[in-house]
Amino acid sequence: MKKIQAIIKPFKLDEAKQALADLNVVGMTVSEVKGFGRQKGHSELYRGAEYVVDFLPKVQLEVVVPDDLVEKVAMALTESARTGSIGDGKVFVLPVEDAVRIRTGEHGDSALT
Amino acid sequence: MKRIAPALILAAGLFLPAVGLAEDGVSPGTFVANNVWMMLCAGLVFIMHLGFATLESGLTRAKNTTNILFKNTFIVSAGILTYALLGFNLMYPGEFNGFLGFAGVGLGGGYDPAANTPGYADGGYTYWTDFLFQAMFAATAATIVSGAVAERIKLSAFMIFAAIFVAVVYTIAGSWKWGGGFLDGMGFYDFAGSTLVHSVGGWGALAGVLLLGPRLGKYVGGRVHPIPGSNMPLATVGVFLLWLGWFGFNGGSVLSADPALTSFVLVTTCLAASAGAVVAIGTSWFVFGKPDLSMALNGVLAGLVGITAGADTVGITSAVIIGAVAGALVVGSVMFFDRVKIDDPVGAISVHLTCGIWGTLAVGIFSTNPEHSVLVQLIGVACYGAFTFGAALALFGVLKLTIGIRVSEEEELEGLDLSEHGMHAYDLGAGPGWQEQTPGLASLGAAPSAAPALAGSES
Repeated sequence: MKKIQAIIKPFKLDEAKQALADLNVVGMTVSEVKGFGRQKGHSELYRGAEYVVDFLPKVQLEVVVPDDLVEKVAMALTESARTGSIGDGKVFVLPVEDAVRIRTGEHGDSALT
Repeated sequence: MKRIAPALILAAGLFLPAVGLAEDGVSPGTFVANNVWMMLCAGLVFIMHLGFATLESGLTRAKNTTNILFKNTFIVSAGILTYALLGFNLMYPGEFNGFLGFAGVGLGGGYDPAANTPGYADGGYTYWTDFLFQAMFAATAATIVSGAVAERIKLSAFMIFAAIFVAVVYTIAGSWKWGGGFLDGMGFYDFAGSTLVHSVGGWGALAGVLLLGPRLGKYVGGRVHPIPGSNMPLATVGVFLLWLGWFGFNGGSVLSADPALTSFVLVTTCLAASAGAVVAIGTSWFVFGKPDLSMALNGVLAGLVGITAGADTVGITSAVIIGAVAGALVVGSVMFFDRVKIDDPVGAISVHLTCGIWGTLAVGIFSTNPEHSVLVQLIGVACYGAFTFGAALALFGVLKLTIGIRVSEEEELEGLDLSEHGMHAYDLGAGPGWQEQTPGLASLGAAPSAAPALAGSES
């Protein structure tokens, strides 16, 4: 199993969620983060003085899936979150050793589906 | 027994019209109306403290909000108490040499029956109404200082300064005009306090920030690094509460419910506020390139402070001009103070000192009363400046040399809420609320949680 971690633009969350639902991926965790890559920040103005805000709001979406779904899920997230402009984000794939369903105690892939 | 005496007085009062009016020409109905209006105005001026509290909270950072609110709560409470103890009688000493007088400790004079009849103040109000209305004004002078010194002042030093400033400096200075002192004798005019309240607060604020220094990181590397406010809705709520309070601040300074004068004063007040807002909007938009909400809000206050000296004695067009000029002045003043590295988080000095002086001089320029002159107004400004600024400088100076007036760098970075109060103003996401857990629950046998998990960990 792998964890797919996507950092995307906040307004793309609904589309990404829908893309996962279309693949029958049932669960995910979402957090609000700040970050930047090549996309520079923007400047703001306060009482006549300018300042640059480097960190932009992003959404981090994480989902753990069995190995056979990894490629499909990564693709689905990539395509649903794409706008074509700078700052679209990244998808990371990380190895996961085990997963446990808290309610039942199941291990492995059966804890994911 | 308690109900009988007032009923008898009322009954007796009802007979008075039958025998002609009371000695001073004020009917009982008018006396009641005057007092009702004055007490309502006292309540409106009171709510300005909530306005200051929310405005200051909105324009400063969330990590210092508890501290701001605490200072504002203390100021009005201590102010009313010291005013009752000695402030009122320092400001209104009765017959005195014109510079310094004292009518005694406490409010005993109020128990004299004559103090609560139409004879006391030409039928305008009773002794108690008089005290209450003036007491509400007194604390606003110190509250002006709290905004300018926010986010780095040491709490204890500020409390000591504020208590003494309101009790003694504001009051002695006030006696020179409203108490019938030497400036009153010279023809100096300040209807509701552009000088006596606002510039006094402004001078105190200036003295404070000069001795305090700017907030960490504000003027680093030769540039101005803005420290944006944490809550614009709160700042806006504050300014509108202040504008509302001004209905009482100026409306009550008529010192009666005279329909013509009070209604006129409310109109000049609102026209000036509006003009101040609109011109500040235009000026800041033109200079900065974008419409700045905080400058629009400062513009409202600038217009209000500007009209306060002459709301009853200038014409309608003049009121608009006074407000408009104030709106432009406040923008320039804010920029100026940043240029010379004087850090004022809420623009208090620009609103209250700069526009307070303008409002005072504007009386000399625009007043319909030929006895008012720019020269005398200028003398008044100079006297108040020298005394108030000097006294504030001395007060802050002594405090700086003894207990210190500024928190440590670490405390300032951590936020005064935590370092001075040990209490957050907001649930910033790391306290007990975040875990939906009551701190004491663990001892009941519920599984204790580990250290708060970082966002984004395994689901």
